[in-house]
Amino acid sequence: MTAAISIRNLVVDRGGREILHGLSFAIESGSVTGLLGPSGCGKSTLMRAVVGVQKVAGGTVEVLGAEAGSKSLRSRVGYVTQAPSVYADLTVEENLHYFAAIVGATLEKVATTASAVGLGEMGDRVVGSLSGGQRSRVSLASALLGEPDVLVLDEPTVGLDPVLRAELWEIFHGLAGDGTTLLVSSHVMDEAGECDELLLMRDGALVTQMTPDRLRAETGESDLGKAFLAMIEREEGR
Amino acid sequence: MSARVTGATALRVLRQIRHDPRTIALLLVVPAVLLLLLYWVFEGQPQTFQQIGAPLCGLFPFIIMFLVTSIAMLRERTTGTLERLMTLPLGKADILAGYGIAFGILAALQATVVVTLGFAVLDLHAAHGAWLVGLLAIGNALLGMALGLFVSAFAQTEFQAVQFMPALIFPQLILCGLFVARDQMAGFLEAVSWLLPLTYAFEALAKATSPKALDTAFAADVLVVVGTTVAALGLGALTLRRRTD
Repeated sequence: MTAAISIRNLVVDRGGREILHGLSFAIESGSVTGLLGPSGCGKSTLMRAVVGVQKVAGGTVEVLGAEAGSKSLRSRVGYVTQAPSVYADLTVEENLHYFAAIVGATLEKVATTASAVGLGEMGDRVVGSLSGGQRSRVSLASALLGEPDVLVLDEPTVGLDPVLRAELWEIFHGLAGDGTTLLVSSHVMDEAGECDELLLMRDGALVTQMTPDRLRAETGESDLGKAFLAMIEREEGR
Repeated sequence: MSARVTGATALRVLRQIRHDPRTIALLLVVPAVLLLLLYWVFEGQPQTFQQIGAPLCGLFPFIIMFLVTSIAMLRERTTGTLERLMTLPLGKADILAGYGIAFGILAALQATVVVTLGFAVLDLHAAHGAWLVGLLAIGNALLGMALGLFVSAFAQTEFQAVQFMPALIFPQLILCGLFVARDQMAGFLEAVSWLLPLTYAFEALAKATSPKALDTAFAADVLVVVGTTVAALGLGALTLRRRTD
């Protein structure tokens, strides 16, 4: 297995404050990695750095062997921000058609992607009239159109009902099975069990990187939320 | 830059506007109503109406497209769609040209309405053809668009963006020679007016609507407008950042 994402000593400053304090880790391709940690710990900033839209103060971020944000990666990396970044004054279909034109996806791909995220019947609805969960699925669908090799998803399941959430996770696993590398952030621990590997973050630093099973085994906690807490206490006790 | 992506961007911008029929109606009707208002205000002075109304037909699209673009671009910046576009295989030139085509088409519609009203109904004269006024109007609209796109980078909110109109456009309107000939202004104001792009837009329109033959001075005015548009687009492109804080 080769590393799809490889980060060394990443430092990010925002507004004169250091947000990320020298993170290093690597993510294998074709896996689902969960980026977990409390809100404000730097998850979004880290994801922005992976996509290459974040100014960095130090360190290197490599994606698929190229520097994050380089031109060659623009058709290979998909990014879904926490707030849905689609056009609220366009219909679902008009949004998808626009992003499809940019990445060169076919109309057929638009249709299958829309139904995959449960928007098949909503093509002519104006995005601004949709619920928050539906809007974020439009945003997700827009990123899936280009069949990216690396998919960076910032809290993609927030505000979704449990059935939809399970469906989305099925999609994510399907994509990983096809070789896509997914980095998915969440601030709720109950999604951690869905991931192949976990990155636990706190206060701009990486607490640990391990599989859910190993996290349970090392801490002796079956609940991943409690396991995270135990891990933090152990790190701080050092 | 690719024709497919530029075209898709233009289509997307036009579709956004199509979903807002009230904006389209205002865009087409308001300049016509204002011109009509001027017509009645100068009822007894047809010469003054000719002097102000004729060039004004070609300046409306400049003012409106400046405002519309600065708000539209600010929205792209604040809703995260610009950041998404910057992560996709799309060139900055695709965005600029896409906006240019969409607003150019809109400006053409707007100019058609106001120019038709002015020159076919309200007895304004365009010595060199009303079509020339229409063409200049579209060029001016693109100048307004380019400036609006650039200044949108300096606004954080829509409240701030609308203030750029009185701050940046009104002074140019006052100083361009539309209301008072520039050589009758205080000397330093005339000097300042030479530095403002709208002055050249107005000069070109004044020459196009006056019976004097069009000379190289007209061509120079047009060239300044085109040059400023290209420069503003260049500055606008610099504000479309792929990486931000």
